[in-house]
Amino acid sequence: MLAEETGAAVHAAGWFLENAWLIPLIPAVAFFLIIGFGKRLPRGGSEIGIASMLASLVIAAGTAYQWIQRVDAPVAEVGHEVAPVIKSWNWFDIGNLHVSIGSHIDGLAVTLLLLVAFISTLVQIYSTEYVRGDRRYTHFFASITLFSAGMLTMVLAPNMVQFILGWEIMGLCSFLLIGHWWEEEANSEAALKAFWTVRVGDMGLLVGTAVLLGIFGTLEISEINEKAANFAGDNKGLLMFAAVALFIACIGKSGQFPLHTWLPDAMAGPTPVSSLLHSSTMVVAGVFLVARLYPVFHVGLDINIAGQHFNLIAVIGGITILIAAGLAFVQDDIKKVLAYSTVSQLGYMMLGLGVGAWTGAVFHIFTHAFFKCALFLCAGSIAHTGSHHSFDMKTDMGGLRKKMPVTFGVWMVSTAALCGVPFFSGFFSKDEIIDSAKYNDYKLFYFVAIIGAAMTAAYMTRATYLTFFGKARGGAAHFVHGDNHGHDDDHHAAAHHSAPLSFAKSDSSWQITIPLIILGLLAVVSGYLNAPALGIHWFEHMTESSIGSGTAMSVPPPPEFTWAAAAPGLLLVALGFIVSLALTKAVFGEKKNALQGLTQRNALLGAGHKFLVNKYYLDALYEKVIVRSIAHPISRAVYWTNQNILDGIVNAVGKGGKRSGEFVYKYLDQGLVDGAVNGSGAAASGAGTALQPVQSGKVNLYGALLFGAAAVGALVLVLVNS
Amino acid sequence: MLINQFLILGAVLFCIGVYGVIVRKNAVLVLMSIELILNSVNINLLAFDRLWGGQVDGNVFALYIIAVAAAEVGVGLAMVLLIFRNRKTIALDDLSEMKG
Amino acid sequence: MIQDQQWLLSVGVFLPLVGVFVMLFIPKKDEATAKGVAIITAAATLAVGLYTLFQFDYDQSEKLQFFTTNNWIKPIKATYAVGLDGISLPLYILSMIITLLVMIYSWDHVPNPGNAKAFFILMLVLQTGMAGTFAAQDLILFFVFFEVVLLPMYFMIGVWGGENRQYASLKFFLYTMFGSALMLVAFIALFINTGSVSFSIPYLIENGSSIAKNTAIWIFAGMFIGFAVKVPMFPFHTWLPDAHTQAPTQGSVILAAILLKLGTYGFVRIALPILPQAAEKWAPAIGVLAVIGIIYGSLGCLAQTDMKRLIAFSSVAHMGFVMLGISTLTPLGINAALFGMVAHGLITGMLFFVAGSIKERYHTLEIKRLSGMLLQMPRMGWILGFCAMASLGLPGLAGFWGEFPAILASWSPAEVLVANGHQSLFRVLTVVAALGTVLAAGYLLWLYQRTAFGEPTAEFASAGYGDHGHDDHHSDIHDVSKFEWIAWSPLLIAIVVFGVVPSLMFKVMDPAVQQLASVFGGK
Repeated sequence: MLAEETGAAVHAAGWFLENAWLIPLIPAVAFFLIIGFGKRLPRGGSEIGIASMLASLVIAAGTAYQWIQRVDAPVAEVGHEVAPVIKSWNWFDIGNLHVSIGSHIDGLAVTLLLLVAFISTLVQIYSTEYVRGDRRYTHFFASITLFSAGMLTMVLAPNMVQFILGWEIMGLCSFLLIGHWWEEEANSEAALKAFWTVRVGDMGLLVGTAVLLGIFGTLEISEINEKAANFAGDNKGLLMFAAVALFIACIGKSGQFPLHTWLPDAMAGPTPVSSLLHSSTMVVAGVFLVARLYPVFHVGLDINIAGQHFNLIAVIGGITILIAAGLAFVQDDIKKVLAYSTVSQLGYMMLGLGVGAWTGAVFHIFTHAFFKCALFLCAGSIAHTGSHHSFDMKTDMGGLRKKMPVTFGVWMVSTAALCGVPFFSGFFSKDEIIDSAKYNDYKLFYFVAIIGAAMTAAYMTRATYLTFFGKARGGAAHFVHGDNHGHDDDHHAAAHHSAPLSFAKSDSSWQITIPLIILGLLAVVSGYLNAPALGIHWFEHMTESSIGSGTAMSVPPPPEFTWAAAAPGLLLVALGFIVSLALTKAVFGEKKNALQGLTQRNALLGAGHKFLVNKYYLDALYEKVIVRSIAHPISRAVYWTNQNILDGIVNAVGKGGKRSGEFVYKYLDQGLVDGAVNGSGAAASGAGTALQPVQSGKVNLYGALLFGAAAVGALVLVLVNS
Repeated sequence: MLINQFLILGAVLFCIGVYGVIVRKNAVLVLMSIELILNSVNINLLAFDRLWGGQVDGNVFALYIIAVAAAEVGVGLAMVLLIFRNRKTIALDDLSEMKG
Repeated sequence: MIQDQQWLLSVGVFLPLVGVFVMLFIPKKDEATAKGVAIITAAATLAVGLYTLFQFDYDQSEKLQFFTTNNWIKPIKATYAVGLDGISLPLYILSMIITLLVMIYSWDHVPNPGNAKAFFILMLVLQTGMAGTFAAQDLILFFVFFEVVLLPMYFMIGVWGGENRQYASLKFFLYTMFGSALMLVAFIALFINTGSVSFSIPYLIENGSSIAKNTAIWIFAGMFIGFAVKVPMFPFHTWLPDAHTQAPTQGSVILAAILLKLGTYGFVRIALPILPQAAEKWAPAIGVLAVIGIIYGSLGCLAQTDMKRLIAFSSVAHMGFVMLGISTLTPLGINAALFGMVAHGLITGMLFFVAGSIKERYHTLEIKRLSGMLLQMPRMGWILGFCAMASLGLPGLAGFWGEFPAILASWSPAEVLVANGHQSLFRVLTVVAALGTVLAAGYLLWLYQRTAFGEPTAEFASAGYGDHGHDDHHSDIHDVSKFEWIAWSPLLIAIVVFGVVPSLMFKVMDPAVQQLASVFGGK
């Protein structure tokens, strides 16, 4: 079936670069193995999942190594442009449309491959402990493996069809994983909402792909990028339309305003799922799409054109940063704080892409994945071990820093990275985005970005204080080591609660802490791959060939780093820490003071609080207004139309047919035709009565009539014949 | 032609027969008049047979008619006899019970 | 035309009738023998079909193969002409596979009021009609087979159907007959306008363009209504939900999997190639109706409270995608349409199977009353989920290849349509059709969430969970049975295989479609 077709520039590439297609294939095969045999294996299929992810990780690492060699090779240096390694087989042909399947390896793809394989491996190891004893343990590992396979397929995609394939597989798996505990309606609702909201965005992906095919006549990503970068056609409006349509898909997938509402609800899934979903897969898919097809967006949306201070991507990214950060302040659920934080950070990535800071945005994907994954896994660790399966910071946490030192340490490091504290990884990536916004003439977004940074510091301080400091409350007060039950047991196993609680002295077990420590380390060091502050531009060097360049697009180089430029942002972050710490202590601390319950007393603050708690009423708008109107009045109206008008016509025609049949029967058939028959009887009877006298019974008379008639007949005959 | 005379004879006989059927009240006479009609037909048949090629068709029909007429007269006279025995009359005017 | 192994198609088409003849001599009470003979006949027919599949010359799939022609009704110049090309081959084989699988499923699922012999005979007659329609290369022959299909389906719905079966079957029959009547008139008009020489389709394709454009438009109108009723396209679809809801499971499966395709196949085989000049004029109207159908069908689904009726409405939406593909007049669109026909046959057929089995177990299909199916019948629940995902067009499963290329194609319709200034119309249709995929996800997931997820409702909760023990009540709630597995697994496998390797079908259809669409230009 698959005939080897193309092999652009593969001659010099290494084995790993040419065989990178194995990276998604291994977990995909593993998925079927887990589904088929997982239940019979001693560890319920998790060993297959982990093994497949490790194998992918090894190949991804090999690919990364060979890519580095390729970039650094003397030959490549001469030309500066490092060609991607594309390996593809013909998938199917329809006329002139050739769709292939294979791998497209460049700096961007390698970054994501490594990231996804690495994070997935750690998350799976973590999950062996976290979901132990779950009744759908095998399903969980199958889904999570397929999930990674989907992301890897998408990352590698050489064309839009494969891209959509990976994209949608992720959508499916997110549905399965978020709704993992589907016995409860809230969870299945969240799964439905996630899939459906993303699907709304996917509409844009389908349309955008169709437009790209219409403009460029191809679905190959490398060709699209090249043609878009050198775009000279007169129908630029179409390209803009394509960019907007595709960006709608990114809004859905990457949880950008106004389709971000599914992300916090997606916390209904098990914590490892949240961490995987929010760090390296799923939500970054949208950012990845923009980065991957950057020429299309850059040219289509007029990014970096002198005098343009706004574009769609930057605006959406900017709005997302602020609104999500605002929401993070009013969450009680630690995972929801992190969820909004993810939304906000995704806003940074989009903003980066929108202002031309391609490298900064992609690097932020890279660093964010480590510290956000670490934060989620910390939250999971707390719930699993420290707070008795609760995620509520206000009722079940507090004072955990001494009881869970490892978790606390990792949390603090990751928080620092997230807030952009200097020399932690987040600082290097975020700062480049902020700087670019300033230097590329997107001043407004510069302010948005630094305010967002300050808000990040503030809400993370609040969450950290509530979780680790202060007095232990609720579940945290009954500090118990995670026993052999998975999370879902607290829904179903009443026996668990009646068992005496055994107090544990240590942190979570090694399956949880080791991934945490690794991620915590990476949250610090990953930033040094590209630290402009220290003069390191290695990551930029490795990936710059993926940006795309051509006559129609010119992406400005990242600005030179100066501490002076970074200072305002850093000052605001520091301010955010201090103010938030003070406020949090005042509001949630043990000491009574005036700030406590302020939102209940002050109408304006109360209204603001309510506005935030209700998530700007966006959910209400979607669920109560849009969805409900479609699901109820509109669909009912349509159905009513169907039953009463369209079907009514058919039935009316049918009934009309029957009526006219009845009419025909009643008046024509029974009346006229049968009437004629009956009438002839009556006529005969009448005539008979009239002629009765003739019927005298007299034979002579009969004879006379007979012959008279015969004579008349003869006369007629003669007359006619003559 | 010779045929004319035969046809005229047939016609005359027919008319006499019809007259007898209509006018006579005696059943026996009516039967006899019918015999006249039948024989007038016979004459016609034979005449036409002679005229067109002298085949035997006409003769055969005539023979049939004679046979049927004989049978008819036989039955008819038997009925008349029975009616006379029952009613002591054979006047047709008195036998009008079969009117509708 | 390739005229080798001329017997092959005739055997494939009429073999089921031989089985019917044999079955006439089996006493009514001996149900097992009757079923056995019927299944063996269907299997033998499929074997002939598979042999056809192997003998087919895929390098010349644009040509009619196994072509044979004989005089049939001389006074009206109708011939017995059969042949297959890349367009009809997949549907021809699909009809055989579906019939066999439906029969296997029927082994222990003969619906009330029983009488397996008659039921199986009807299915065999249906098989002849369906295969014949796909093989026929003469309009009169096509018409005859097209009508042959009606009668068994009428009895199937009318005798073995649900409570409202009389109404549904009569509506189905009369509505389709109404369409057929117009279609026949159109056929005769074609015949007369091409010089009363022949009803043969290849002949008419060569000479159809000589018809005056205005005449052609009217003839197309006749065919359009005939086929559109069968598809069914909005606004001619109202017979479908009733027929599906009332039909027995087997009837629904065959109806969805094959019968609806007779209409779309008619467009591709007869209407477009014979009257390309009229097709250009009609294409925008067809496209608009198709897209209305997509949105309308999806919204209709959201209003349903009955699972089977929901699936029936989803057919309206899916056939909308097929018709959208056809209306673009591009190879991409028509390929998508043909793929969509087969994919819809597999997926919706499967959905109806599952719905039938659920009805058999729970005695209801009311969505409100069903819940937690995954707990009580995990395998059935997962199969339902799989089919729902396939139906909403998840890439990697067959349904995607019917929808996605249709959307791609509608953005860049055929050159003749662009020349007539319909490009922007079709671009609007693209966007609206994409919205349809969102709604499809909405109603299918909503259905799935409410029936499969959660805990079983109180009235069925006593039936126990999964493979645990059963109570006395509702003891018929059990997971997928043996015959269901045999009947379903080929379909499930086919959905995956065609989803992963779409070239299996595109390769067969593409040359024939290219030839067909070359008149219209475009890519």
